[in-house]
Amino acid sequence: MKFLVCVSKTPETTAKIAFSGDGSQFETSGVNYIMNPYDEWYALVRALELKELHGGSVTIINVGPASNDAVIRKGLAIGADNALRVNAEPNSSLYIAKQIAEHAKTENYDVIFCGKESIDYNGSEVGAMVAELLDLPFISFANHLDLEGNLATVSRDIEGGIEVAEVETPIVVSAAKGMAEQRIPNMRGIMMAKRKPLSVVEPFDFADLSVPVHFQLPPEKGGCVYVDGENMDELVRLLHQEAKVI
Amino acid sequence: MLNELMKKNTLKGGAFIVEDSNPEDIFIPEDLNEEQEMVRQMTKDFAQQVGARGGKIANQVQILDEAGELGLLGSHIPEEFGGMPLDTNTNTVVSEEIGRIPGGFTTTYAAHIGIGTLPILYFGTEEQKRKYLPKLATGELKAAYCLTEPSSGSDSLAAKTRADLSDDGRNYILNGQKMWISNAGFADIFVVFAKIEGAHFTGFIVERDSEGLSLGAEEEKLGIKGSSTRQVFFENVKVPVENLLGQKGKGHLIAFNILNVGRYKLGVMSMGGSKRCIDISVKYANDRVQFKTPISSFGAIQYKLAEQAIQTFALESASYRISNLMQEKKEALLAEGNTFTEAILKAAEEYAIECAMIKVSGSEIADYVIDEMVQIHGGYGFSEEYPAAGAYRDSRIGRIYEGTNEINRILTVSMLMKRAMKGAFDFAGPAWAIQKELASKSNEEELKGVYASEKKAVGDFKKIILMVAGAASKMQMEGKLNLKEEQEILMNVADIMIDTFNAESVLLRVEKLVEKDNKPQSQEIYEAILKTFITDATARIQKNATDALVSFSEGDLLKMLLVGLKRFTKYQPTNVKVARRKIAKALIEANEYCF
Repeated sequence: MKFLVCVSKTPETTAKIAFSGDGSQFETSGVNYIMNPYDEWYALVRALELKELHGGSVTIINVGPASNDAVIRKGLAIGADNALRVNAEPNSSLYIAKQIAEHAKTENYDVIFCGKESIDYNGSEVGAMVAELLDLPFISFANHLDLEGNLATVSRDIEGGIEVAEVETPIVVSAAKGMAEQRIPNMRGIMMAKRKPLSVVEPFDFADLSVPVHFQLPPEKGGCVYVDGENMDELVRLLHQEAKVI
Repeated sequence: MLNELMKKNTLKGGAFIVEDSNPEDIFIPEDLNEEQEMVRQMTKDFAQQVGARGGKIANQVQILDEAGELGLLGSHIPEEFGGMPLDTNTNTVVSEEIGRIPGGFTTTYAAHIGIGTLPILYFGTEEQKRKYLPKLATGELKAAYCLTEPSSGSDSLAAKTRADLSDDGRNYILNGQKMWISNAGFADIFVVFAKIEGAHFTGFIVERDSEGLSLGAEEEKLGIKGSSTRQVFFENVKVPVENLLGQKGKGHLIAFNILNVGRYKLGVMSMGGSKRCIDISVKYANDRVQFKTPISSFGAIQYKLAEQAIQTFALESASYRISNLMQEKKEALLAEGNTFTEAILKAAEEYAIECAMIKVSGSEIADYVIDEMVQIHGGYGFSEEYPAAGAYRDSRIGRIYEGTNEINRILTVSMLMKRAMKGAFDFAGPAWAIQKELASKSNEEELKGVYASEKKAVGDFKKIILMVAGAASKMQMEGKLNLKEEQEILMNVADIMIDTFNAESVLLRVEKLVEKDNKPQSQEIYEAILKTFITDATARIQKNATDALVSFSEGDLLKMLLVGLKRFTKYQPTNVKVARRKIAKALIEANEYCF
């Protein structure tokens, strides 16, 4: 079976987010990057588990510049067989999806995985777009996936319960918590990573439909004011004069 | 490769007191490559996964098995014996991150991979290596090391455990008692030292299920409660003659050589532990609100946070510097045709002085950092509900095991003297030059260039070592002083050496960082660290040198030496309050150790 895992590089969860003075760019200085945890812990690890069960291969794809190679090699260290990087500076989910679909359309993958969202832009769009571009079924936010022959059983959380779907491969799935557990690469994996193939291809020409023009931080959260339970006058004053809700 | 290595001016062990290094000659943690960073992240994730489990004895076997699966137990063992050897610097990264695990697992880990496994790797026969190493590398076998006895701790060669050849000549019969044995509760094999016929100190590999081997109860310890520590009793334990380790009567070579690497690792693990405790301290100080303000905004707390970071930065700079010196030495020795084992052992022996120094400063800096962590936590620091109390107790053993810090200070100075006597580097020449300088008029040159004052300060620290040690050696040669009986002076000199090595390591790292584009903090912050460290080191060195000088000299000689000391401690103190506030600000913003 052939598995493709779409991975993105994101700032680590504790990174301090800042934008350039005019708000046109994300400040990258001093920011450490990781593989998007939904891509790594859930999508990639489940793909590896399925490969271990059914045989086949796991390929990683990333659309990004050469500075993404470290993150891609981590995926190889965890156990992916090979990787492909589309050498581009993407600005939108559609651009990324177009590049992935362009690669995948001739490769006959059985399952294309991506994380349910990236922890930076939180778009949750790429998987659906890839599925649409390849005319494949798409199941989002999946927390379980089993394969038997070409029949996939996929479950996902819905409000108040779980939905289980059966679908014939090939499919596109976005992976959520529960799909698998974080796998720490072992020393051998890390040492082997640089010997595994990481090919780089130039992007196919596609004019983006939208471009980001401005970023800004959310307003700072105000401090919490504690009011003595006995002091109703002060509470009323604050609600009236400061919060202006009564 | 060989030519390249030989051309490079690699600093010899102990020679830092007479030779200067260039920033490009040293290795700094910012030089770690992508693969090494990946190993760091892997070990960090492992440490995170272990978390509080490390504090329970019952979990140690499971955690060691997990470490084995990740390849963390075989990183010193050659591939032919089932390991995956890493270079020294990568192993340093691993030790640092393992050092973050609280509760005692660091001791379990170090006892297994270090003193438990390395004697077999370095001194075992081919057969012993084939039999034990692959299983030690995966963790299938767990190891312990039995040297200390109830009546022989620091004086380890006075061991009473004895080994006598059986009548049929097939076994040694071991009788005796060993104490404070880490991993004893679950170890499958024990590296044991005993005296053959009560005289020849020798190493043996003893398997757990040997008849007559029994264990005492778990010790009730002050800290590292997750680590199994028991007595091991040998009552007519038969050890096959093929399990003799190394050579008869040469057990001391095993015992002492293993300790060099162990000391170095202890220093590095202390550094990892210190970083973890800084992370916790900063987060707590940012979260804890008193007088309607986070306590991290108060100067008294900022002082503590900054000082924790400054000292840890110094320890980190010194650790990676030594690591790379050992790495380069190992490479050079391999290129000269030495075996893997010879290369590693000789490299560690070459830097035995530095290994002892890093053990002392690592364990003491960790104790400082953790003491202040408790203080920053106030009342919560005294509660077992918070991590500070446990860390406080765990850290304290660092100054005791792997040779007490007092023994290591004595070793630092005595090994330096021995190396100087043997002509490993020119000590007499520079010491004589200092004598001449003292007799001449002070030459106040204007200092030029980047960090010129700091470079001069470090140079002056070295002069102080030469002045104090030189004057003491002279008196020793004249029969007026017996340094062996003057441990107080040896402590002073060792402390000056440690401060000097650490100060130079900080200086070289900060100099090297000028060139780095993508450093985590601005150059200004690193300068603040450098200048504060040098300011404080100057004061400490002045005090240590004064104490030493007044202890062995008097009259005109003392006067001359004190004038010299004054001349060599003229570093203009920096505004430490402002500097520490800058450093604290960076920590507070990052909410963790960020250098």
